[in-house]
Amino acid sequence: MLKETILLALREIRRNILRSSLTILGIVIGVAAVITMVTLGRGATMKITSDIGKLGTNLLQVRPGQHRHGPGGTQSTGAMFKVEDADAIAREISGLAAVAPMASKTSQVIYGNENWVTSVIGSTRAYLQVRNWQLESGRLFTDGELRGGKDVCIIGATVRKELFGGQNPMGNTIRLQKLSCQVIGLLESKGESSFGTDQDDFVLIPLRTLQRRIAGNIDVTRIYVSAEDGVSTKKVEQDIERLMRERRRIAMGKEDDFYVRDMQELVSTMTGTTRALTGLLGAVAAVSLLVGGIGIMNIMLVSVTERTREIGIRLAIGALEQDVLMQFLVEAVVLSSFGGLIGIILGVAAAAIGAHVLAVPFVFDPGIVAIAFLFSAAVGVIFGYFPARQAGQLDPIEALRHE
Amino acid sequence: MMKETLSTQNSEHSLIELQGVTKDYGTGSAAMQALRGIDLHIGQSEFVAVMGPSGSGKSTCMNILGCLDTPSKGAYLFEGVDVGKLSRDQRALLRRHYLGFVFQGFNILNRTSALENVELPLVYRGIPVHERRESALRALEAVGLKGWETHTPGELSGGQQQRVAIARAIVTDPKVLLADEPTGNLDSARSREVMEMLGTFNREYGLTIVLVTHDADMAAYAKRIIRFLDGIIDTEEENGKIL
Repeated sequence: MLKETILLALREIRRNILRSSLTILGIVIGVAAVITMVTLGRGATMKITSDIGKLGTNLLQVRPGQHRHGPGGTQSTGAMFKVEDADAIAREISGLAAVAPMASKTSQVIYGNENWVTSVIGSTRAYLQVRNWQLESGRLFTDGELRGGKDVCIIGATVRKELFGGQNPMGNTIRLQKLSCQVIGLLESKGESSFGTDQDDFVLIPLRTLQRRIAGNIDVTRIYVSAEDGVSTKKVEQDIERLMRERRRIAMGKEDDFYVRDMQELVSTMTGTTRALTGLLGAVAAVSLLVGGIGIMNIMLVSVTERTREIGIRLAIGALEQDVLMQFLVEAVVLSSFGGLIGIILGVAAAAIGAHVLAVPFVFDPGIVAIAFLFSAAVGVIFGYFPARQAGQLDPIEALRHE
Repeated sequence: MMKETLSTQNSEHSLIELQGVTKDYGTGSAAMQALRGIDLHIGQSEFVAVMGPSGSGKSTCMNILGCLDTPSKGAYLFEGVDVGKLSRDQRALLRRHYLGFVFQGFNILNRTSALENVELPLVYRGIPVHERRESALRALEAVGLKGWETHTPGELSGGQQQRVAIARAIVTDPKVLLADEPTGNLDSARSREVMEMLGTFNREYGLTIVLVTHDADMAAYAKRIIRFLDGIIDTEEENGKIL
């Protein structure tokens, strides 16, 4: 009997194919939006989470200046650090895996006829450790090269591609302003960060080399600190703050002229934002599902009025109230389920395209698809019930007289 | 379930028995009494015509006989079962199992083939597909529509549509066929065809028929004629003799 009712509903829907299509449009859009939003949101969250790994876990940054949120962002008013500050952190704070002082400068790099503008980072071997970089080939700086400020460099994948193309850069000399330096290592590619910047676009040289030969000072603009596994970054942050206040002689009650930023915190803030945004968009999508449901109710009411005579005939020849109710309810559910199905297909397709465009992983979640489908079917039941009940409760005599 | 409780196949009872049936519509000053005390017995295999001018109460009586409506007072006993005491769904089941309807306006489903129209009451009876297809084909053959099974009402003449309706009414093998002005929308030739068909079903299969009509020529096919006037039975005649 249910099979027959479904076949009957399908026939009725086919008879009014244009109207049926327009009716389910709301559901289609609602479901497609929910699926797209949730899938992309999951993808973005996953990307950010995986970026934590690439960024280096348990990573803290110490920067001069005051950290301000909101427009204007960071203001660097504090004095720059010196290498000794990094040494002091490494020496006096326990539970650290590595400390990497760094300074950087944007510069043109030249090899043969090729040139490229990139950022030149001066740091130590620890830099690769804290930022979780791996060498693809070549070697790290030696102690001698670091101490002596020798002209050697390790280049990122983008710089390599721009300057050398398919050639092997190892042992070749590139020019950074007045400095000619030999390529001793190649970094593995990390690709784009979740902020959309190219992480592979830099040249790493010994800190002292940068200070002496390019920047012309002895400043350290940033200190990366990575805590050992199992050590609370919060505690390390507090220790660094205390130590730096002491070293920079900041009086009690005065504000820090430097700040420590916990990357873990940043990431959790970002995933939190993504989640909130996903939730918000999901809610908007849910509203459109509701609107779609009202559309179905509207059309079912029209349909009941149009088919009053048919209902009268059915009741006269022995249909029970529930038979007629079921007929219309099934029609509403079939309609809304169809909408859900089409919405799922469109939503998954849109999410796949969106994931590609936004360069986030496409995370297909059968759970959300199932929920979306059940939800759309439920919309049919909820919004189809009232018109269906009306149909079932018609007086057969009145209904048969209806023109 | 329903069928058992309803089928009190008992020779003591008439098939149809109306006892002092009245029907009131509206309240207060708008109140109006469509039936003012009807007593009527209709036995198995009878062919009864109900006549009377508009507003005489014959349609109201038909609705009550068809279990589409219930009496305000009095009792309608269908095989001894008091229909007035049945619920809406129980009356629907009674219609489903024992009654067949033919209406003036045909009342068959548009855009639905003749065959499917005839199958419809069997669908509600829960008869399996192949079985009901067979029954429907037989019923269509009985009304002379063999070869027209796949045609929709739009492709059929009025006479043919009414024959589809008759096929739908007899396909369930009902105890009573209720025909409300079945020839009202047909020309005289088609009307005679329909009446002859009903006469045949009555004679050959013992089908009980209650016919409402304006037309004395049509009523003449019945064995018994009941005339309504102002909500009561005015006269009754049987085989041309006034009782």
